[in-house]
Amino acid sequence: MRVIEVLGSGCQKCQLLEEHAREAVAIAGVEAEVRHVRDMAEIASRGILQTPGLAIDGRVVSAGRVPSAAVIAGWLAA
Amino acid sequence: MTTLVAERIRLPFWLVVFGGVFLWVVAWLLNAPLADWVAFELLGLEAGTPAGDAVAFFLYDLPKVLLLLTGVVTVVAILRSFVSPDRVRRSLAGRGALPGTAAAAGFGVITPFCSCSAVPLFIGFVEAGVPLGVTFAFLVASPMVNEVALVLLWGLFGPGIALAYMAAGLAVAIGAGLVIGRLGLERWVEDYVWTVHATAGIAGIRPTPEERVRDAWHSTREIVRRVFPFVVLGIAIGALIHGFVPTDAVVAIGGTDNPLAVPVLVALGIPLYANAAATIPIVEVLLAKGLPIGSAIAFMMAVTALSIPEFVILRRVLKPRLLVVFAAVVAAGILVVGYGFNFLFA
Repeated sequence: MRVIEVLGSGCQKCQLLEEHAREAVAIAGVEAEVRHVRDMAEIASRGILQTPGLAIDGRVVSAGRVPSAAVIAGWLAA
Repeated sequence: MTTLVAERIRLPFWLVVFGGVFLWVVAWLLNAPLADWVAFELLGLEAGTPAGDAVAFFLYDLPKVLLLLTGVVTVVAILRSFVSPDRVRRSLAGRGALPGTAAAAGFGVITPFCSCSAVPLFIGFVEAGVPLGVTFAFLVASPMVNEVALVLLWGLFGPGIALAYMAAGLAVAIGAGLVIGRLGLERWVEDYVWTVHATAGIAGIRPTPEERVRDAWHSTREIVRRVFPFVVLGIAIGALIHGFVPTDAVVAIGGTDNPLAVPVLVALGIPLYANAAATIPIVEVLLAKGLPIGSAIAFMMAVTALSIPEFVILRRVLKPRLLVVFAAVVAAGILVVGYGFNFLFA
């Protein structure tokens, strides 16, 4: 079971990233849970300066951008 | 529609970029003759008449500003994808007060800022050992001085006002940063901020060139869509002023200088939380009504730098007292700029 975390304040881009993450799970065909972390202290302590951030299995893979679902699916497969 | 999109994706990436740049240059070169042709040939208006000049001005200026905005915002967005806030933060951590504050204000101009990122950014800076004053210089400069504001000022009012706005914005950010740094207000930062310790940062999967350009283009489209109505309104007002308001009237009204104009405009600007684009039409009218340039710039700065939603967000990391000090210092800086410019350009 993989864990994808969207780290964001609930801004527009954060919502979009969550959608992309869910699409990516479907594309990659893996078992994964998508979570949305909204606690600012938690987000900052993960080393993210610009929201939205994206973490896969606890590892932050992007910040301040909205990667496409296909790109996220690639990361999930890697 | 779907086939069109599918075909577009199949085009080689560099061909799309090259085609886009080519179209931009062609549009830029054709703009002036096309505007004249539409106004004077197609619509049959006469050059030299108020209506003719106003329409020609509108038809020329609207594409000009939109082209400038699209071009500059895209290029800046691509460039800024190479500047990570993480690197900015590391380079700010070990500097002295003045160089650190000045560098922070400069970084504030080039880094993107969305008030939704203010809190993690603030915690991240402080956590990395960036002094409080330096952090604030960044927080002030970032929303106030940015490429969208500069392009619009440059396109509508000329390079003088654009550069004056940038210089003044940097001065306010640096001044506010130095003052806040000197006051030693660390105890008024919310206590939990000091307990945050960042674990390993971003694993850093670097975006490809194609992704950088694609991201930049997406953000450009979003920005242009958001500011478009204000740009149209601003240029329409500008066209009317250009065509119909005689200069004598402007000079006559401009003679009445109100010493309280600057603080009143700054106070008016606080509840008007908007992007720089939205203030352009207002600033245009103010300038045309003979309001001095300093007052107009102060108003614009108050709108972009002193915003209630941003204060609400920053309240999560700042105790109320520090929030008040922050607002007061920035407001004071804006007042100094307003009076200073009015005095210099009187």
